[in-house]
Amino acid sequence: MSRITEKDVDYVAGLARLRLDEEARARLVREMDAILGYMDKLNELNTEGVEPMMHALEMTNVFRDDVVGESMPRDLALETAPQHDGAYFIVPPIMDPEES
Amino acid sequence: MSAWHERRAHEIAGAVRTGAVSAVEVTRAFLERIDAVDGEVNAYTEVWRAEAEARAAAIDAKRDRGEALGALAGVPVALKALLCTTEGTTDCSSRMLKGFRSPYDATVVRRLRDADAVLPGKVNMDEFAMGSSTENSAIKKTRNPWNLDCVPGGSSGGSAASVAADECAFALGSDTGGSIRQPAALCGCVGVKPTYGRVSRYGLVAFASSLDQIGPLTKDVEDAALALNIICGRDPMDATSAAVPVPDFTASLTGEVKGLRIGLPKEYFTSQLGSEMREKVERAIAVLEEQGAETVEVSLPHTDHGVAVYYIISPAEASANLARFDGVRYGFRHPDAETVDDLYVLTKSDGFGTEVQRRIMLGTYVLSSGYYDAYYLKAQKVRALIRQDFDRAFAQCDVLVTPTSPTPAFRFGEKTDDPLEMYLSDIYTISANLAAIPGISVPCGLTSAGLPAGLQIMARHFDEATMLRVAHCYEQHRGFDPGKPPIARGAA
Repeated sequence: MSRITEKDVDYVAGLARLRLDEEARARLVREMDAILGYMDKLNELNTEGVEPMMHALEMTNVFRDDVVGESMPRDLALETAPQHDGAYFIVPPIMDPEES
Repeated sequence: MSAWHERRAHEIAGAVRTGAVSAVEVTRAFLERIDAVDGEVNAYTEVWRAEAEARAAAIDAKRDRGEALGALAGVPVALKALLCTTEGTTDCSSRMLKGFRSPYDATVVRRLRDADAVLPGKVNMDEFAMGSSTENSAIKKTRNPWNLDCVPGGSSGGSAASVAADECAFALGSDTGGSIRQPAALCGCVGVKPTYGRVSRYGLVAFASSLDQIGPLTKDVEDAALALNIICGRDPMDATSAAVPVPDFTASLTGEVKGLRIGLPKEYFTSQLGSEMREKVERAIAVLEEQGAETVEVSLPHTDHGVAVYYIISPAEASANLARFDGVRYGFRHPDAETVDDLYVLTKSDGFGTEVQRRIMLGTYVLSSGYYDAYYLKAQKVRALIRQDFDRAFAQCDVLVTPTSPTPAFRFGEKTDDPLEMYLSDIYTISANLAAIPGISVPCGLTSAGLPAGLQIMARHFDEATMLRVAHCYEQHRGFDPGKPPIARGAA
């Protein structure tokens, strides 16, 4: 039995904000099932009591003096945006005006 | 005397500093070389002709004023398309960032400029560094200079191909699971993944933040040492960059390996390794033994689990990192979005390619409620075991020597239908990223089909010096000249 179903793929695509066409949906069911099946290898290992490696290097907190530094000028930050009004990024309506 | 584009970076820098050649002359030689061969190789995604010449002229003027020049004086360095530059665009070979102009330079780019390097342009890669063949680029298909029907490896395939075809003196790439070392091996150049934390990641567009490192792809080990001298070191802009002193790596190239202990991990020499590749690696080990190194068999018992761990942790981190591409602040925005939800969905679905979407899906799945412990947490625990394997091995030896890739360069399309098979081409390189240790690939011969093979050397955390010393000693005594790829010979 396949561990990954179309329902799983749809659910994950929803979380990831991806829209899949029929072909991609079917392909991802197949591929994710094979790839996650391969991950079962990890269950061969007993990891009881093993501390998970959360960081690549054993570093403690990195502190710096709490002083105001230079920030990127606003116009420079806005320049890269698809749409802006000189002060803010512009996006389509967040709430449906009909419903409010 | 060979043409300037065929010279090593340290020769070029030396000649520019003494005035034996001008930076402009060197830069023009490389630009002509790009014109001559890049139509076939397709390494560059953009060439900054005028900027490179202007920069070279400024370096020459500096010399004429009697000012001292930097360690990379007049050396043309190609940049992987995910390194932020205020010049040109930083598109990560993705539709998502097509035309994106970074408002700032990556720290490594600033360091190159400060060392008086010349930047001829950006080179191709797998989209957002996800891939092992550069076939996932949304921009173009980069070909292997040794055989134009073969892939250059990936994800830093453009970096490796541009070095192999003499289209730059060296290149910078990034390595998350082998993305510098594997293409270096497949294109016959030297490639270094430094210790995690050695090089600032500020301005490197993130793929998997606990694994990514920037490193050089060069024509020899001395150039790799020279490049590392410039790019390594603590940077306040990257809190994960380590406050560990950076030695002069070129001083570590003593040519001596007498008394060094070389570990041979038995799990890397199994039937997965083709006989021809095995023979090349064994011959390389014999060269190091002849130079007085001792070899010892070691075990890295969790090697076989590395790929599974990597393809849980890296997509998980990628799915979080790539969430920022939402069509609001930079990059692509789908024109049809009428609501903000539409904006995210349409932008991501249209902006990201197939492999990137696959990894976002995998990463989102393994982090999702109900699966987090079974996949992500489990992978982090096995990652700890893999790291312990290396700690134990390095109690018995100074460096580890292995193949870089189980096979030489493969043909276009050979592995694109089966993502899992493509993922398995990283089996020998992934563990160094998981354990955060440094690794280098050095050319160790040509197969009967005329394709390069790579030898991998890995060392303890922050011990690039010993790793480079062994690589350099091997390079000096390997007893053959790897030569130039056919594209270089043909067009010269």
